[in-house]
Amino acid sequence: MSDPTPQAEPKSEGSTPRPAAVADAKHAGNGHAQADEHHGHSEHPFLAHHFDTPQQQFEAGKLGIWLFLLTEVLFFAGLFCAYTVYRAIRPEVFVYAHYFLDTRLGAVNTCVLLLSSLTAAWAVRNAQLRQHKHLMVNIVITIACACTFMVVKYFEYSHKVHDGLLWGPNFAPKEQVWELKTFKDKHPEAAEYAEKLAHAAKHAEKAPAGAAAAPAAHGAAAAPDAHGATDEPSEPLPKPTLEQVEPLVAAGLVGEKAESPIGVSRPRNAHVFFSIYFFMTGLHGLHVLIGIGIWIWLLFKAKRGVFGPNYFGPIDYAALYWHLVDLIWIYLFPLLYLIH
Amino acid sequence: MTSPSTTADVVAPKTGSGSDNYLVHDKGFLSWALTLDHKRIGIMYLASVLTAFALGGLFALILRTELLSPGHTIIDHDTYNQMFTLHGAIMVFLVIIPGIPAALGNIALPLQLGAKDVAFPRLNLASYYLWLLGAICMLTSLVMNAADTGWTFYAPYSTTTETAVAPAAMGAFILGFSSIFTGLNFIVTIHKLRPPGMGWFRLPLFIWALYSTALIQVLATPVIGITLLMLTVERLLHIGIFDPALGGDPVLFQHFFWFYSHPAVYIMVVPGFGVIGDLIPVFSRKRIFGYKFIAVSSLAIAFLGFLVWGHHMFVSGQSTLAGSIFSAITFLIAIPTAIKVFNWIATMYKGRIHLDTPMLYALAFLWVFTIGGLTGVFLAVMNVDIHLHDTYFVVAHFHYVMMGGAITALLGGIHYWWPKAFGRMYDEKQGRFGALLVFAGLNITFFPQFIMGSRGMPRRYYNYLPEFQDLHRLSTIGAYMLGLGFLMTAFYLVRSLKSGRPAPANPWGSRTLEWTIPSPPPYYNFHHAPTVTRGPYDDYDTLVYDEKIGGYVEKTPSA
Repeated sequence: MSDPTPQAEPKSEGSTPRPAAVADAKHAGNGHAQADEHHGHSEHPFLAHHFDTPQQQFEAGKLGIWLFLLTEVLFFAGLFCAYTVYRAIRPEVFVYAHYFLDTRLGAVNTCVLLLSSLTAAWAVRNAQLRQHKHLMVNIVITIACACTFMVVKYFEYSHKVHDGLLWGPNFAPKEQVWELKTFKDKHPEAAEYAEKLAHAAKHAEKAPAGAAAAPAAHGAAAAPDAHGATDEPSEPLPKPTLEQVEPLVAAGLVGEKAESPIGVSRPRNAHVFFSIYFFMTGLHGLHVLIGIGIWIWLLFKAKRGVFGPNYFGPIDYAALYWHLVDLIWIYLFPLLYLIH
Repeated sequence: MTSPSTTADVVAPKTGSGSDNYLVHDKGFLSWALTLDHKRIGIMYLASVLTAFALGGLFALILRTELLSPGHTIIDHDTYNQMFTLHGAIMVFLVIIPGIPAALGNIALPLQLGAKDVAFPRLNLASYYLWLLGAICMLTSLVMNAADTGWTFYAPYSTTTETAVAPAAMGAFILGFSSIFTGLNFIVTIHKLRPPGMGWFRLPLFIWALYSTALIQVLATPVIGITLLMLTVERLLHIGIFDPALGGDPVLFQHFFWFYSHPAVYIMVVPGFGVIGDLIPVFSRKRIFGYKFIAVSSLAIAFLGFLVWGHHMFVSGQSTLAGSIFSAITFLIAIPTAIKVFNWIATMYKGRIHLDTPMLYALAFLWVFTIGGLTGVFLAVMNVDIHLHDTYFVVAHFHYVMMGGAITALLGGIHYWWPKAFGRMYDEKQGRFGALLVFAGLNITFFPQFIMGSRGMPRRYYNYLPEFQDLHRLSTIGAYMLGLGFLMTAFYLVRSLKSGRPAPANPWGSRTLEWTIPSPPPYYNFHHAPTVTRGPYDDYDTLVYDEKIGGYVEKTPSA
């Protein structure tokens, strides 16, 4: 978007309707304001008393919003940092968890937010050119996109809650990861093998005591041999191939990282991923909600026709904020949904 | 930067009463509660911060009284743990961090700059109410079942203890935003509201210091915000980010915490440097020595402050290599700090030193801050730190810096700007006596703690070996002296509001812009933006003391 700083109104200024209500200088306080004229304060309805010119006020607001966005980046940086640390310590948890996430919904949300960023940027241009109708339309589309995003998030969250994919002690997935379509599509052999292992482990559990025998998967490769020897109801498992085992080890279902040495389980502390997932997307969602509130407020302001070449600061600042919310999602999407 | 000899602002200093000023411009509770005037917001901050200081100080006195003898003296050990936690949390988050920037900065910064207000007055008021909300949260913790984690909220204890950690942590979280918004406001103000002629190197050193501080506030505080948010969520929902029982990493909490909290000690002390930088040339009647070095060293401290957080974690199991790097960068901070101290001393050299109350605090600052800073270098040495870690040596070190540095500078600043803010002079004799009492009390309280710490007395302990009793008693006597000094100071300052002599525009003979307008300042500060034609510490010779008004005036050719 081009970004002209406010100058004197080019033409037809006199004909511009300016509702009396907005001429209250108190509305100008926050440095969010611009004025329409270039002489004394009385002719600048949006110029706060401590600024000399609309341009000075606009620049102050712009520097302010950039600094604010900087704090937002650092605020999220803590979470990205935590993400990095846990992913470095426990890569298997992230591999395990990503099978549960719906990449399509994430992708839809990414597109929705990108579109809303475009309309937000467009709205700034509309405000600068006093294109009243377009401004309103673009703000409405932005709000609609933001709401769509939240609706999709709502469905994602309720799926997670339904499937028991929660944080901490609440983590109790209803489905085993190898039963998921996402897993089966990617690693059909491994899914099949995991099924067998789980089956065998179940039998071993039922088997009479003393069967010190059923360590179905003590380190995946050794497992089948030990297994076949004692577990009579099930047939001895053949030695697995690399395709069968590798995805299971990578996801921490068997091997040293697994919660249980018996059969197929899940990686230890698997819930941490969902803690981080809910924390990051939740905080981001909160920012989207705040953004919706800001845009609705601006919609009412725009309806009164106050924005023009010399007063478009609020739209500009809101759009910058909105781009940042969008940008954070652009990072969250691959980090949380596209794990490989 | 001073008085534009051309503008109408440089009126002959008049006695403060009678004229329309910001204190009497509007009347009534709401005119204060909803004010957008930076001066009034500053006064509100000052009153609130000093109230919190009294509360935190009361806790300190109870702690010191408890330590008069080993074992039980007046309170039980659980209460003791809660007391030192709240003492620390209140003093750090409610008092020292907002003390100089939000209280004195709000009063003085726009005036020194020659601006009518800060860039975002409403945001400024919002900062104040966030402070109030944060304070209420902290007090909620106090009333419910006060947190007993220490002000550092270390996990996993903070995620598992029964006490009300969540309200205290949320209080600190909210106070963080108050601090961020103040910093953001100041940066924009300094960038965008400088009047004609006010170049970067004509800014008073106080403004340079506030600018550096604001950079740290904006860049470091969000990290503690997210950390405390995670901690609170961890407590409420057990998300397992920090709690090792749930797969979390408690050392990550320490990294996050100190990534903010080390820079935060510079949020606390750098504004103090700024105050001292303004006081010393004025009361030495001599131009500041090495202005640019002092100005830029604040930025250097702000920058280096971000790279040293690991020196709080030498015993946390971090790698020796990381420790060595953190240690080396910590040594580097001694350089810009020493540059300041040397330049202040060089400013006093061959000056005409006036020992008024603010200057006494400035001198006290030089003494205690130098001790505090140098003992910091001891602690930055890894192997020495292993011995001194978590002992009273550390307690003494940071009290010399926080209390001796930040609070002494705050008091110096309060005494310096008091006549400007309220239009009244306090009793100078009592002021000097109070300063001496505070200085003596400070050293008697904390110096014995260096000795105890180096002999192995651990910090935060309720009980101690009999061999430490004499030193503990000495320390407690010092604490009582401090308490007395503060009480006395509060008394004569409050009394001056009623019966103090009306303050002239320029009682100290300063050259910065705030002293060119009447005391207390008019509502809009400056009728016209002043034109700045000289540096902030130039031409003290052309100011002469006028007996009649009790302040300094411009020497006229005829005089």
